[in-house]
Amino acid sequence: MAKQTKPTSPRKAAPRRKAAPKTAAPQAPEYTVPDTLSFSATFDTYPAGKYGHKELGLSEDQVIGMYRNMLLQRRFEERAAQMYGKQKIAGFLHLCIGQEAISTGTATAIQIGKDSVITAYRDHGHALALGMSANAGMAEMFGKVGGCSKGKGGSMHFFDKENGLFGGHGIVGAHVPVGVGMAFAHKYKEDGGVAIAFYGDGAAGQGAVHEAANLMSIYELPAILVVENNQYAMGTAVHRAFGQTEFSHWAASYDVRGSVADGMDVFAVVKAMQDAAAHAREFRPTMMEIRTYRYRGHSMSDPQKYRTKEELEAKKNEDPIIRLKAYILNHKITDEKTLDAIDEDVKDEIMAAVEFAEKSPEPDLDAIYDDIYDTRDYPFLA
Amino acid sequence: MAILQFREALRAAMTEEMLRDDRVFLMGEEVAEYNGAYKVSEGMLEQFGPKRIIDTPISENGFCGLGVGAAMSGLRPIIEFMTFNFSFVAIDQIINNAAKIRYMSGGQFSVPIVFRGANGAAGQLAATHNTSTESIYSTIPGLIVIAPSNPDDAKGLLKSAIRNDNPVIFLESEVMFGMKGEVSDEPDYLIPIGKARIAKEGTDVTIVAHSKSYHIAMRVAERLDAQGYSAEVIDPRTIRPLDIDTIVESIKKTNRCVIIDESNPYASISSEITFQIQDRAFDYLDAPIKRITAKDVPAPYAKNLIEYYMPQEEDAYRACLSVMYAK
Repeated sequence: MAKQTKPTSPRKAAPRRKAAPKTAAPQAPEYTVPDTLSFSATFDTYPAGKYGHKELGLSEDQVIGMYRNMLLQRRFEERAAQMYGKQKIAGFLHLCIGQEAISTGTATAIQIGKDSVITAYRDHGHALALGMSANAGMAEMFGKVGGCSKGKGGSMHFFDKENGLFGGHGIVGAHVPVGVGMAFAHKYKEDGGVAIAFYGDGAAGQGAVHEAANLMSIYELPAILVVENNQYAMGTAVHRAFGQTEFSHWAASYDVRGSVADGMDVFAVVKAMQDAAAHAREFRPTMMEIRTYRYRGHSMSDPQKYRTKEELEAKKNEDPIIRLKAYILNHKITDEKTLDAIDEDVKDEIMAAVEFAEKSPEPDLDAIYDDIYDTRDYPFLA
Repeated sequence: MAILQFREALRAAMTEEMLRDDRVFLMGEEVAEYNGAYKVSEGMLEQFGPKRIIDTPISENGFCGLGVGAAMSGLRPIIEFMTFNFSFVAIDQIINNAAKIRYMSGGQFSVPIVFRGANGAAGQLAATHNTSTESIYSTIPGLIVIAPSNPDDAKGLLKSAIRNDNPVIFLESEVMFGMKGEVSDEPDYLIPIGKARIAKEGTDVTIVAHSKSYHIAMRVAERLDAQGYSAEVIDPRTIRPLDIDTIVESIKKTNRCVIIDESNPYASISSEITFQIQDRAFDYLDAPIKRITAKDVPAPYAKNLIEYYMPQEEDAYRACLSVMYAK
């Protein structure tokens, strides 16, 4: 595998005491302008179709479990869209249909519970992949007490502490420094964990993301920043928003490892995440781009005039669920009948989640005052 | 008791809490190798090492967000702003993340973090470096806002803030860092958050003032004493939650109130205190409440203008006389 050629000197083993740029040595000659100055870097790539489950250390049962998990996300969101139409779900609803391989691949590659994950508002898939129940997710969107955040957060704010999901965050890019803080805590506590912060290509333009990347570099944190590049920030295509559209290249600017994975192939995602997590556990952070595509609009109110139907249809041929299904059948991991049974089982689970959400009570009005302050030690904060 | 500067009292609080709890760390611009822009953290790098006293690049948004993530993960960060004027670069992290994550997660994640540093005007620094932020942060549910006026309160309240499980905005002052005062050296010297201090008892008028304005209030009270009027001075110490009970009890006795606050006046702490007093003690008031604040303008640079901008002792003195219908 190609290693990134670092444009700067190797890191020192001892932790730096000073938050100075690594290239800023105190000697005067370092600051002399040379006759020429060039730069080259290479990045690890994870193309579609390159990896199989055996070389990734995945059992057949795990592969079937991944298929089920991606299908669970897909059916959950299809049903959520329907419930939005019925006005059972309100506010903003952002679907990750088409992007399921990212969440499932990540959850397969990391140590759930030990590692921590934070993401933006397109968060249902990550929550379900990490282990949140469809019941808790659906009830949250219905604004019911059975929801993961007791109905206080809605679609954009799924939290699941037990499974290491630090949210669902609605302000674009603002959660990325928080993810670096989670990594800081893993290193500080010496617990061996890794923190992964997902954000969209739109968020890549936020200063917070760049500050976070710089901080994880100088503090050498067990962090992975992942841009889920679905090619559109709402309706703004990547090439209209960025001078440098190769997001992995940005990693070189912060002197961290950069990589690119094809997000339509779940195995490419697993491999990219396995490698990034291994580096992170050695305190070598990664900026990763995962190229993906969202089949639905940005949110429920998006007429999608910024892309053609032909583009959308062409991308649907790369569907990560169809791709994995074909892989399973080609490798005779199981038969079509079993996969159909899984599909039925998933549908039943989602219908049960809708029923659970319907039946779960609305929060008491008094609950509006709950969970603002932690008052365990300070009862005078009424 | 020891005589300490305000900055030394803050340092003592942080040092004691870091010795007590290894989850506590200090992060900010120039806190480590430079020993603190205002020398609050002087010597702490040497004592605790680079793991727990951490210099940052000038990236307030980034390192405040880092603090929030660390706090959600069970650590107890102290984030130093060189001054709170620079907190506006990170206000998204404070308002949207630190203050709201507990609520939006249904109570799953607490954010035990202290944002501390100099607040308010500090002379001829012009408009961007002279902002009083307490009104801005106090309007946000989920935040605690503390603004001590003396070294003893600074120590006792900062220790409580570090032990508190909520995000705390802890407001200090460039012009008070060198102020000396008696400070308790009890290891568990905790001043409760949300409790005002009656600094001087009196019967004729209640003066409410925090941070630097508290010292104007005390000078005004002395002048009133000399004229035969008895002023009661209340230092709220905590802005949110506000100890309105202590203020109301005082007004039931004095029937008059003057508020001194160096914030800009519009929609400010003084507005809020005034509302709460009329709501709780309307029938006890014998005169309209008066307030003396910064002028309702951006802070100017020119020496005479910035001095004029600040709450004036003379105005506060006259306001007290006027609510007593005295001359």
